[in-house]
Amino acid sequence: MINSFPKLLNAAIITLKLLSVSLIVGLFIGLLFAILRLNKNVFINKFAYGYSYVFRGTPLLVQIFIIYFGLGQIEYLRSTFLWVILKEPYWCAIIAFALNTGAYTSEILRSAFQTIKPGIIEAGQSLGISSKIIFYKIQIPIAIRQSLPAYGNEIILMMKGTSLASTVTIMDLTGVAKYIISTTFKPIEVFIVAGGIYLFMTFIIHNVIKFLEKKYSFNS
Amino acid sequence: MELLTFGDTGWGDELLYATLMTIAVAVTAMLIGFIFAAIFTPLKLSKNKFLNLLANSYTTVIRGVPELLVIYLFFFGGSGAVMYVASIFGYNEYIEINAFVTGAFAIGIISGAYSTEVFRGAVQSIDKGQFEAANVLGLSKFGKFFKIILPQTLRLAIPNLSNVWQITLKDTSLISVTGLVEIMRQSYIAAGSTRDPLFFYSFAAVLYLLLTFLSMKLINRLEIKYSRGY
Repeated sequence: MINSFPKLLNAAIITLKLLSVSLIVGLFIGLLFAILRLNKNVFINKFAYGYSYVFRGTPLLVQIFIIYFGLGQIEYLRSTFLWVILKEPYWCAIIAFALNTGAYTSEILRSAFQTIKPGIIEAGQSLGISSKIIFYKIQIPIAIRQSLPAYGNEIILMMKGTSLASTVTIMDLTGVAKYIISTTFKPIEVFIVAGGIYLFMTFIIHNVIKFLEKKYSFNS
Repeated sequence: MELLTFGDTGWGDELLYATLMTIAVAVTAMLIGFIFAAIFTPLKLSKNKFLNLLANSYTTVIRGVPELLVIYLFFFGGSGAVMYVASIFGYNEYIEINAFVTGAFAIGIISGAYSTEVFRGAVQSIDKGQFEAANVLGLSKFGKFFKIILPQTLRLAIPNLSNVWQITLKDTSLISVTGLVEIMRQSYIAAGSTRDPLFFYSFAAVLYLLLTFLSMKLINRLEIKYSRGY
């Protein structure tokens, strides 16, 4: 149990890397699709809705397998520069995670944008502020504050989601845990250590989000 | 399309069977989850600190640890645990637990943690007056629970339970790592033997989408049924 701890801790760093890269990329994807969702053009609107529906309605495992095993099958892709990225399981996992969390994030941000009272935007307009500045200085800060609790949940869900990277040969925390279990056959001990590390990360994320919520709340 | 024909040459019948297996695992897991929720929701709401701690650690641990890790725990540890219990009763042969049972149980425990939170929230949002009114009417404990509290809890819980159902349905894909032939595992087998992973995994995605879509339709009808009078 003690011997496995450093190995698992090292693997936790890979988990954190996977998580942070996919969250950053996913946030941009989410913001983009949230804006598309609020577009009045029906076609663009439906496209953004379809994206989030498909990625929220299918298991993450299917998405990883399509990207890792499926896309490699297309001959044309193998000859382009994309193949440099797509032949690496690490990047395939990140693409899948980013697209997945992007879909959830777009829903969170969309509902946050929609809950902004029209009066606030109208107040900005009547002050003669340009719509660009209203968007960046009024709508986005309010939307971020509104979506913090839901986004905190999404970060924790995504952290658990990164465990699926182990199915495409990446030795993240779950991957190493599975390897140790199958070689030492001590499932309970390894589960306690690996699960403890995951719980610790959940705890940290939870508290950071709580702190941010407090910082950005109206009352402070 | 010929890959999906029924019979020896196509994968249609295999995939249909796998889809039924996915539904069976998801429904069983959901029901096991309800049993766990029925045990842990009262503990969460109880005034006893120890029982509270017990229920809280269950939901916190399960919701903070990846599903895959829980499945590995059950997959590698399940038969060992059963064999240990059996050895107490003097049975020392090797026991192998069926992949369906392991998978449904692992997913059930996960879904139970989410259901517990949903039921706790629902019970807590019932108006206090309802409890008091039931007391005033002199209803027995059972009458109070089954006639007053439970119907209202269900109405409040169904929208959130539909989320739990979606999570559970998607989590069943993870059981494929234990070798149980559900949609994901069957697609893996088919993709391996036809060398056409793109087609089969995309088809698996379509099957999951279909399942989530159809179950949402069904749940919406339930929701309407339980919110009569509102």
